[in-house]
Amino acid sequence: MVLVPILKAEGLSVDYFTQRGRLHAVSDVSFSLEEGESLGIVGESGSGKTTLATALLKLLPMNAEVVSGRVEIQGMDVLSMDEESLNKSLRWRVVSYVPQASQNALDPLYRIDDQFVETVHAHVDMPREEILHKAMELLLRVGVEPSKLRSYPWELSGGQKQRVMIALSLILKPKIVILDEPTTALDTIIQAQILELFRELKEYERLTAIFISHDISVISNVANRVGVMYAGRLVELGSSESVFYTPLHPYTQGLLKSVPDLRSDTPYSYIPGSPPDLVSPPSGCPFHPRCPLAMEICKKINPALEAYDGEHLVACHAVKR
Amino acid sequence: MRGLTLEATELWKERALIATEELRVYFKVKGANRPLKAVDGVSVSVEKGKTLGIVGESGSGKTTLAKAIVKLVKPTAGRIYFEGKDIYKLSKSEEKQFRRRVQMVFQDPFDAIDPIYSVYDAVSEGAKILGLTRSKSELDEIVFRALEQVRLTPAQDYAQRRVTSLSGGQRQRVAIARVLAMNPDALILDEPVSMLDASVRGEIMKIMGDLKIQGKTFVMITHDIATLKFFADEVVVMYLGRVMEVANSKEITRNPLHPYTQALVAAVPVPDPRYKVKSLAKGEIPSALNPPAGCPFHPRCPLAQEICRTQVPELRRVAPGRLAACHFV
Repeated sequence: MVLVPILKAEGLSVDYFTQRGRLHAVSDVSFSLEEGESLGIVGESGSGKTTLATALLKLLPMNAEVVSGRVEIQGMDVLSMDEESLNKSLRWRVVSYVPQASQNALDPLYRIDDQFVETVHAHVDMPREEILHKAMELLLRVGVEPSKLRSYPWELSGGQKQRVMIALSLILKPKIVILDEPTTALDTIIQAQILELFRELKEYERLTAIFISHDISVISNVANRVGVMYAGRLVELGSSESVFYTPLHPYTQGLLKSVPDLRSDTPYSYIPGSPPDLVSPPSGCPFHPRCPLAMEICKKINPALEAYDGEHLVACHAVKR
Repeated sequence: MRGLTLEATELWKERALIATEELRVYFKVKGANRPLKAVDGVSVSVEKGKTLGIVGESGSGKTTLAKAIVKLVKPTAGRIYFEGKDIYKLSKSEEKQFRRRVQMVFQDPFDAIDPIYSVYDAVSEGAKILGLTRSKSELDEIVFRALEQVRLTPAQDYAQRRVTSLSGGQRQRVAIARVLAMNPDALILDEPVSMLDASVRGEIMKIMGDLKIQGKTFVMITHDIATLKFFADEVVVMYLGRVMEVANSKEITRNPLHPYTQALVAAVPVPDPRYKVKSLAKGEIPSALNPPAGCPFHPRCPLAQEICRTQVPELRRVAPGRLAACHFV
């Protein structure tokens, strides 16, 4: 059976206008998402994860420009849609987005119930009672007492706010949920609770999800497919098993060795240097200045993301195919 | 912590570079009729050249403990010793030495910095305030050496850069260099790597590992027990101002005894899709203003019984070199 992807990005490139010039935040990113899949996107700060996520919903800030590419979600050509149709037929109804530091995304002046009502009313007409009824069910589902609907955001803990944001993202039964660093500001035990909640919701609500994190160990807990971003590019993409057990890109390999692993006695290492300046990125492969395998060709030609083994793709000259 | 049993009190105080004894730090909170007990009877110690890790969630009191050790907050009760001397009973010259010899490295201290501040300004500041140098060339030497120790080389070039132009990892290295310029014996680190990207975290830990080899003593505060496995010698687990467990860093991560430590370990994600994190502790840490009766961890504990609701478990020796405060260990 050939599955039709529910979301498809093709050759997506996004620049920001900065005082120093154009910053190439996302460069030539292509991938697709099938129903029921959970795609983890991992990359360090500045690698373009959030820009990619917001571009998928045309939620980019004013100083950003989509330079090229296409985004198709359930047959809709997203980048050609206007704000009104995006709000009425795409955002929240088909795809919802839980932004980074979403604890701060809740307006401190409004009670939780009003935030549910306002969010829903931005997309569909629905009586307040019906919204609150659904909200209560969802809060129970994510492990927050329904009475908290009457609370202000500042009366909730960081973990509770994150749960509320997840409930809010599900209120219109979207097909896809994009979660951007949903556990980053949380303590490890609370992070574990949220990761467990995500796995439960994915199973019972049959969610399709894009889960973004800078932490590759968090991604291994939630994703069945993994995309690794570096300097605005997708440098490796494959099933969770293939990326974690046979990482191909030297950056992915370095990242995996940089994690303190409680099961191992080998101290963790690091990747020398730091990510490039995307206003004036290095020539060729953006990773070559930090790469232990860099060759002459890497300084000149940027490798394309190509198949290594079936669905496992990698952008690296050093990988023998 | 060997002093808990009081059998060798004087000995551990002398042997330790830094030690706290039944330390309590309470804060008055507006509108509350009882104090917030941020640190509530904590005895820990670290020998010269060793690393003590303190782990716990936000609200566990670990940062307050660190601040008390460097005299940034005043204890309500209990004692803090540096080389066996009560840090509140130091002579004027000892006090001056203490201010240099024990340094705290804060989590991104340049968060709200003046954009014209240079790396040189940042690194030389403390040494200048303490009057450690007599000439500009002496100060230059100290600054460049500190930058080299944190691998910001060529040091002369980095010294001229603006702090705001640096990456997160580089800024954290400047934060360490600024403390090293004062040539301290002990560094108290508050979450030195938790805000950093994984690929650069290891480099900071390597730099600190080198400093450890040179004989520096560390107290490292973190919410991530995995970081401590590879850096700390001994780990103290704190919860709501109290010590839950103390053990060697390898032992405590391999075989945690206290249910809270078990929850901390089970929550650490590993980069292998076959292993998933488990949340063994229910709910969230309560406010230290209104701590539960009995064992502070009982409302979240999977093993809690009647006794846990009423009796505070003593921190006691449960195995050689291991202490735990649990009725069921």
